[in-house]
Amino acid sequence: MSEALKNKVAEVLNEPGCATNTAKADGARKKGCTKQLTPGAAAGGCAFDGAMITLQPITDVAHLVHAPLACWGNGWDNRSAASSGSELYRKGFTTDLSELDIVMGHGEKKLFRAIHEVIKEQSPAAVFVYATCVTALVGDDIEVVCKAAAEKWGTPVIPVNVPGFVGSKNLGNKLGGEALLDHVIGTIEPETTTPYDINIIGDFNLSGEQWQVKPLLDKLGIRILGSISGDARYRQVAQMHRAKATMLVCSQALVNVARKIQERWGVPYFEGSFYGIADTSEALRKICGLLVEQGADVELLSRCEALIAEEEAKVWAALEPLRPRVAGKRVLLYTGGHKTWSVVAALQELGMEVVGTSMRKATQNDRARVVEIMGDANHMYENMAPREMYDMLRDAGADVLLSGGRSQFVALKARMPWVDVNQEKHEPYAGYMGMVDLVRAIDRSVNNPIWADLREPAPWDVPLTGGAVLPAPSGACPVTHMSAPMGRAPTLVPQTPASPAAKAPQAAANPLEGLANSATDFEDC
Amino acid sequence: MACLTHPRRALSTNPLKASAPLGAALAYLGIERAVPLFHGAQGCTAFGMVHLVRHFKEAIPLQTTAMNEITTILGGADQLEQAIENLRKRANPKFIGIASTALTETRGEDVAGELRDILARRKDFAETKVVYAATPDFEGGMQDGWAKAIEALVTALVPETPAPDPDLRQVTLLPGVHVTPAEIEELVRMIRAFGLNPLVLPDISTSLDGHLAEDWSGCSLGGTPVDRIADVTRSACTLAIGEQMRGTAQIIEDKAGVPYRVFPSVTGLKAVDAFVRVLMELSGTQTPPPSIQRDRARLQDAMLDAHFFTGALKVAIGAEPDLMFGLSTTLTQMGAEIVTAVTTTQHSPVIERMPCDEVILGDLGDFERGAKAAGAQILLTNSYGRMAADALHLPLVRVGFPVFDRIGAQDACRVGYRGTRAFLFEIANAVQSVHHTPRPEDFGATPLPEEFSYVPHPASC
Repeated sequence: MSEALKNKVAEVLNEPGCATNTAKADGARKKGCTKQLTPGAAAGGCAFDGAMITLQPITDVAHLVHAPLACWGNGWDNRSAASSGSELYRKGFTTDLSELDIVMGHGEKKLFRAIHEVIKEQSPAAVFVYATCVTALVGDDIEVVCKAAAEKWGTPVIPVNVPGFVGSKNLGNKLGGEALLDHVIGTIEPETTTPYDINIIGDFNLSGEQWQVKPLLDKLGIRILGSISGDARYRQVAQMHRAKATMLVCSQALVNVARKIQERWGVPYFEGSFYGIADTSEALRKICGLLVEQGADVELLSRCEALIAEEEAKVWAALEPLRPRVAGKRVLLYTGGHKTWSVVAALQELGMEVVGTSMRKATQNDRARVVEIMGDANHMYENMAPREMYDMLRDAGADVLLSGGRSQFVALKARMPWVDVNQEKHEPYAGYMGMVDLVRAIDRSVNNPIWADLREPAPWDVPLTGGAVLPAPSGACPVTHMSAPMGRAPTLVPQTPASPAAKAPQAAANPLEGLANSATDFEDC
Repeated sequence: MACLTHPRRALSTNPLKASAPLGAALAYLGIERAVPLFHGAQGCTAFGMVHLVRHFKEAIPLQTTAMNEITTILGGADQLEQAIENLRKRANPKFIGIASTALTETRGEDVAGELRDILARRKDFAETKVVYAATPDFEGGMQDGWAKAIEALVTALVPETPAPDPDLRQVTLLPGVHVTPAEIEELVRMIRAFGLNPLVLPDISTSLDGHLAEDWSGCSLGGTPVDRIADVTRSACTLAIGEQMRGTAQIIEDKAGVPYRVFPSVTGLKAVDAFVRVLMELSGTQTPPPSIQRDRARLQDAMLDAHFFTGALKVAIGAEPDLMFGLSTTLTQMGAEIVTAVTTTQHSPVIERMPCDEVILGDLGDFERGAKAAGAQILLTNSYGRMAADALHLPLVRVGFPVFDRIGAQDACRVGYRGTRAFLFEIANAVQSVHHTPRPEDFGATPLPEEFSYVPHPASC
């Protein structure tokens, strides 16, 4: 890997804005959050995958992957980041390097031509070029190619240097952000600015989540000037240095971007979340507070409070009819970061019991919040191996699992209701209205009649009882032509007592007790 | 008849091809208690796994040697050994199928040699069969990866048998990557109907047919038992479905003298007739079972019903060579015209036998452009074709891999007399799903004068 990339990786791993990292001892801090992957026991995406998560939702950009086919041929058009405009970002562009290209060293030339072709055919706002393992290994210099292409054709061509082998998806998120800091942010000045302009970083508008929150901002007169990268246009990213405040969603992944925007252009940021009722209110308060500090009219604060009061009343009224349908249900959460606690309060308020929440990727702050909300630390766990999770769910240690796609089949195959709360989900759960949608999804799932039917034994698992009388065999077998034994009495199926093995599933007192932590984080979101 | 063209361009827009290692992984999943292992960075596996999960809607036990920057430069033998060890500890597989990726192939690792060393040294790995296939992403498509994996498997696990002990009632069925679980079941049903016992290799019809198991498993949930693989030497004949399986059939013949037949397609009346003819010979019967005869009569009737819709129908197809060939010949035999054909790999003799003038080695960008220029009326390709279908307002019949925006992909059956019948209905119904009511203007006539129209009066009360 090039010296520049090595330095960049070291820099983003030693992130002063990351609470977990600053709490570490000096040596450990320098090593950052990178961990060695175990061959044969690894899960989750690579750095390239992570960079795509961060950057692909920029809608009017052509995302061109410089790689053999697999990187993008197996990965394109697989996320649900929604766009209100261009659909260009969903198309799959790749140089599809062949053996000949690699052996003959044609990579750079092919990339240059591919950039030209994509600009000619698609007229994109910009081209993002992604280097991957193979192109890094053979030493293609994408920065030089991008620079030459941008000068020649007058369209911004942004190099994103993220070979998959440099690390995890999380690292790729950060490197994607760094590419924006190095080449995009601050390159365009907005036509107008207002004291109510904000950036939202770390929300990808999955299934339209940003639009569940946008009506609230609209009512307060707040404008989303810059976005990384939910429903974003290239222009929006380029001018985000002129916003008055930044909200950092999904905290850890892109903290480097928020911090550097603050350092370079003085745009203050805060970490917040739009998952859960209290969090949404808190986020709105903080946005308004920061804007007022930056010179917005102080009356914004009172308008914000009025809106929060109105919306909270509305959402609780909408949730009330669902209470009898979900009260008493036991929920197991297997998510990460702020999601470990942000929806817990609302679920508990509706009478649901949260039997456990995983502490994957959680900060000290997240842990403290869980203890605060749930009363003690007994419900926290780290990672769970698929096998253990299956056994726990099969033993009915919970009534529903809220998690991401990778544990989907663990739950379903254990005949357990499952609600997708991670990035692949097809329903948005953000803001106040999203909470209603989430509870509806839980209701729809746990109260579906299939679960009881699926757990019923098969007809042959229950011995025949009731003394059914079968007619005596007569005539001859059509295959062997052997005649039936004569004079046999009608068969009476013997009565067998019900097998003691068919016991009803019993809930353990504490379903998390005795579970060993798994070394593999198999739900690597 | 057709010539293969390579568009002269550097940019690939909307890939059609799934990569070779993915084909190998799928082949390995047709072996019982198997775990496929990609020798590459963890992203190679993550993308591949998501792809397979989206298609089959099943947990897919796909693992990675998790190559990082340093092991990529210095060589990944240790990663390989550790991966096998960890997999054995965690999932206890009977079979590990390794596929290389572009990353390890670019460095040019001698994985086969390294693996030999590892297996010779690590006697404790003996209970797990380990097979390696070289499947760089930059060479060929999914069907090439599938074929290479099964060739590697047969080479490694089928012994040289100069004097086999044949079971004349047993036949080996070698399905290609394009054969779905339901299609394997249909072929098995036909073979059994003739009193023959099929040995399927690989058999995804028991591992990826979508069934609810009684327990959690970190390996494949079914498939050809490892112990049975060597029994292909005892079959009376090897039936290879798709040209991609010719190589495997040849290896079995070289090792044990088992003769083989290759069926480039088992879709369409003539293709299925040829298959049935071979089953008649193998079972020594002039009279096929009544169910087979009945199915043929029903297909004939379906052809009568469907030909109104398929006659002169302009079809654009984008698929791997064997699948493309089978479906295209079926449709042209029904009077349709293939106006655009796009495929993924040049390594196939069926390409030049395609019933059209040109086959493009390209992507869905070529597919969309070609379909538009030629005025195609129906599109046949994988789920990614939805973009072209939206843009061109044409019906899309989802064939091949991946099909992620419909459920039940494993149940699609387009082989045999029954499957062909279903396929013809599928095409005819897709054509009928486009509603067009004729208007006078369509024929150049003037519309009815408006003065003839009854104008309702507003009610007076």
